[in-house]
Amino acid sequence: METSTATTGHEERPEFLQHHFATAQQQRETSKLGIWIFLVTEVLFFGGLFCFYAVYRSWYPEMFHEAHKLLNVSLGATNTVVLITSSLTMALAIRSMQVGSKKWTMINLGMTLALAGTFLVIKFIEYSHKIHEGLVWGKFFTFGEIDATNPHLFFSVYFAMTGLHGIHVIAGMITISWMMYRTSKNHFSADYYTPIEMTGLYWHLVDLIWIFLFPMLYLVG
Amino acid sequence: MSAETSNKPHILPLSVYFGVAAVLLVMTFVTVWAASFDFGEYNVIIAMVIAVFKASLVALIFMHLFWDNKIYSVAFVSSLVFLGFFLTLTMYDTLNRGDIYTERDRPIVPAAVIYESLEPAAGESETIVEDSLSQDEFEDESDSTDTSAEDEDWGFE
Repeated sequence: METSTATTGHEERPEFLQHHFATAQQQRETSKLGIWIFLVTEVLFFGGLFCFYAVYRSWYPEMFHEAHKLLNVSLGATNTVVLITSSLTMALAIRSMQVGSKKWTMINLGMTLALAGTFLVIKFIEYSHKIHEGLVWGKFFTFGEIDATNPHLFFSVYFAMTGLHGIHVIAGMITISWMMYRTSKNHFSADYYTPIEMTGLYWHLVDLIWIFLFPMLYLVG
Repeated sequence: MSAETSNKPHILPLSVYFGVAAVLLVMTFVTVWAASFDFGEYNVIIAMVIAVFKASLVALIFMHLFWDNKIYSVAFVSSLVFLGFFLTLTMYDTLNRGDIYTERDRPIVPAAVIYESLEPAAGESETIVEDSLSQDEFEDESDSTDTSAEDEDWGFE
């Protein structure tokens, strides 16, 4: 009551609050709606590939079953564990900033980045093995020891889906690195951490898509 | 101060995060384990049910949809609804196409005379008759009645 901010009528605006927003909550919710609409476009973007998968699986169910045996389930499952753990550390990074711990935000973001890198290394091992054996997309498919019709289609689907997902992982790593830089420059506090939250939402979507890709590609029934 | 109090974040206890991650990891092993059995058509259903359950946990808790403004849930779910339309209509088309058309595997007519017929009005009837003849060569016997009916309709004979 006796503070000057209450009497002057000119409320003290936090530094992070941009002039065109009335309150910090309005600013935060507007940003979040923006990122959610971006995630909607991402779902529809991947939706085209999910449709690609569904059509070819319905046309060649036996071929999908034969071809999926050539993928390494343990590497795929390891990558699922890696991504889920990275989602956990990402969520913990946001929570750390909510309670105002810059140190733990940095540690958790760093762990997320390291896990994302691990995911890509495992993916690279899988890719190089497949390429070496000629298990690749379209007309480049040269693998002979499979008894099925059009097995190259499975690998076209596999490389298109995991490739686009991999590009998203790289984009996530760039964004997470940027958030670590900004955290180290003290841009964030317990009152303002919206960019980390946005990065987190994007990262969780990348995890969410992998949760579907893993059984669809590695565990064809 | 009012701006700050309304912006106060909803902080979940650490146990929630670790609990959700543990469930997600367990479900990953369950889905691998379930795939080792042969349930026929149900394998894909079991795998997708587990994936939807895991995805819901990530969206509701890690992505905070459960506590946030419901407008985000509406936006996100709308994308899934439209993805559903997209997949349903495409699958309906690709799985039932053969049931609708009487002709199957119809070859492409080598000379696309139908385009030529658009040019001169005088030679129109001639070229189209030629087109229907060349189609007859490729078609099954069962379709021949169809074609002749079409010709009668257009009065080309």
